[in-house]
Amino acid sequence: MTDAALTAALESANGASPWRFLHVVHRNYLVWRKLLGSALVGHLAEPLIWLVGLGFGLGRLLQSVDGLSYMEFLGSGMLCYSVMNSASFEGLWSAFTRLKIQRTWESILHAPMTVADIVIGEWVWIALKGALSGTAVLLVMAAFGLVKSIAALWVLPIVLLVGLAFGGVALIITALAKSYDSFTYYFSLILMPMVLMSGVFFPMQQLPQAVQAIAQLLPLAHATALARGLVVDAPLDNVALHVTVILLYAAASIVIASRLVYKRLMG
Amino acid sequence: MLHVQNLRKHYGPLEVVRGVSFHVPRGQCFGLLGPNGAGKTTTLRCCLGLTRPDSGEIRLAGLPVPDQAREARVRVGVVPQFDNLDPDFTVAENLVVFGRYFGLSRRQCEAKVDRLLNFAGLRDKAHARIEALSGGMKRRLTLARAMINDPQVLFMDEPTTGLDPQARHLVWDRLKTLITEGRTIVLTTHFMDEAQRLCDRVAIMDHGALVIEDAPRRLIDREIEATVIEVYGEGVEAWFHTHGSRLSTRAELAGDTAFCYSDDPEPLMKTLDGQSELRALRRAPNLEDVFLKLTGRDLRD
Repeated sequence: MTDAALTAALESANGASPWRFLHVVHRNYLVWRKLLGSALVGHLAEPLIWLVGLGFGLGRLLQSVDGLSYMEFLGSGMLCYSVMNSASFEGLWSAFTRLKIQRTWESILHAPMTVADIVIGEWVWIALKGALSGTAVLLVMAAFGLVKSIAALWVLPIVLLVGLAFGGVALIITALAKSYDSFTYYFSLILMPMVLMSGVFFPMQQLPQAVQAIAQLLPLAHATALARGLVVDAPLDNVALHVTVILLYAAASIVIASRLVYKRLMG
Repeated sequence: MLHVQNLRKHYGPLEVVRGVSFHVPRGQCFGLLGPNGAGKTTTLRCCLGLTRPDSGEIRLAGLPVPDQAREARVRVGVVPQFDNLDPDFTVAENLVVFGRYFGLSRRQCEAKVDRLLNFAGLRDKAHARIEALSGGMKRRLTLARAMINDPQVLFMDEPTTGLDPQARHLVWDRLKTLITEGRTIVLTTHFMDEAQRLCDRVAIMDHGALVIEDAPRRLIDREIEATVIEVYGEGVEAWFHTHGSRLSTRAELAGDTAFCYSDDPEPLMKTLDGQSELRALRRAPNLEDVFLKLTGRDLRD
């Protein structure tokens, strides 16, 4: 490379590019690509095992759930569950490793990058990983003949949004965490109860009114309702409300996470 | 290249940097020395825009920091105190991935890899994993990584801490090359021989403030007498009180060793003749004597 080319490249880095966060997405993608085989097997195998195990096992006992076969009901629930799971794992354990153990974020700040570039890059990456998990479930469902029409692909933007919501919240927890221990609490005390409340494995109408009301304040119930409507043609109403709640979680969480990470790295 | 004026920074109730000012002209190697907790790392972090000072003015490569710290870092290299190489990548990949943060294309980065690995003495390690490297190799790779953007200024926080002598000398050798190339270097260290060897100017920092600043040789001449005699052994305390403290310009007893500083050491040396219990080391003064005189001998933890 000539000196002139280097100077030109560095000068363009000098400008205020809104796309710098993509360097962070790209870095995480390169790492992920190294483990592509095992990553994809995991993404596909997990929903397959759940669907086969629970779907055949429980499905035999249940004729129909909310007008759907149990496989249809469970599949669309699993789709959101798996986005949540995958985004949360990436936003907690993996992001914390990059923040604290490997000091990756610190090293990125030694380059002409900002905390906002890092947080947004991580956030987008986490959502993409979540979306990939969701897509894998969709593929498995399609293989079982559970997907009714090509219109089911509309669930993909929703899945990305759900990834952003859970990714943002995960980054808040990560920014506050002292060690990996906090994540176990978040998983077992917050995410797991939410899964049981949000109509993933069984209809939320089985639960007391008060619990249903709480579930309406959380993103997963709205995600599940949307996925069920889009993928297996369950009745779909209140679309605007569902989308708004998930959007609010995504927007509020990333604002808070950005501030917390800024404080932690630059304090 | 770097101007720092009246820098202040506190963490909680503790003011870690208390009105620090210094100036590093282009092409100089400037050393910030000080015991642990003196505020060296915080000062460097402020200079790089990695933490916001409470007050004070900083200009790095002509740009105000922290307001335009990101832009300033385009032509700055950083070697942090703790290695933060990316263990998910190989040696060569570390350079390429890091270069991308500067807006360089993969091709541009790859074109630099060979030269940088050569510079770091890591040519046959290009495809090694980071965990397979020794401490010295990691340090050199971090230095190579900091060079990916051909920086005008290099910041190095304790560049040789934890390295064995061979590895330290290799790092020093590379730093000398960079100095010869006309790059500006700002380093912190608590190895006085390192500062004396590399730095055009050093500043000694203690309790958040600069105590003194000058060229290493001048600091020694200014602060320390012509000869240092260290005496230790059975009965050193008695010898110190009867002869040592009386015959030196300045003397102190630290633990079991007497440090005597004098411009005329002969009378002192005579008192040691025939004292078979006592061992004496006569030597030229160095930067460490300056450092200990100004910051004291108490342990800092």
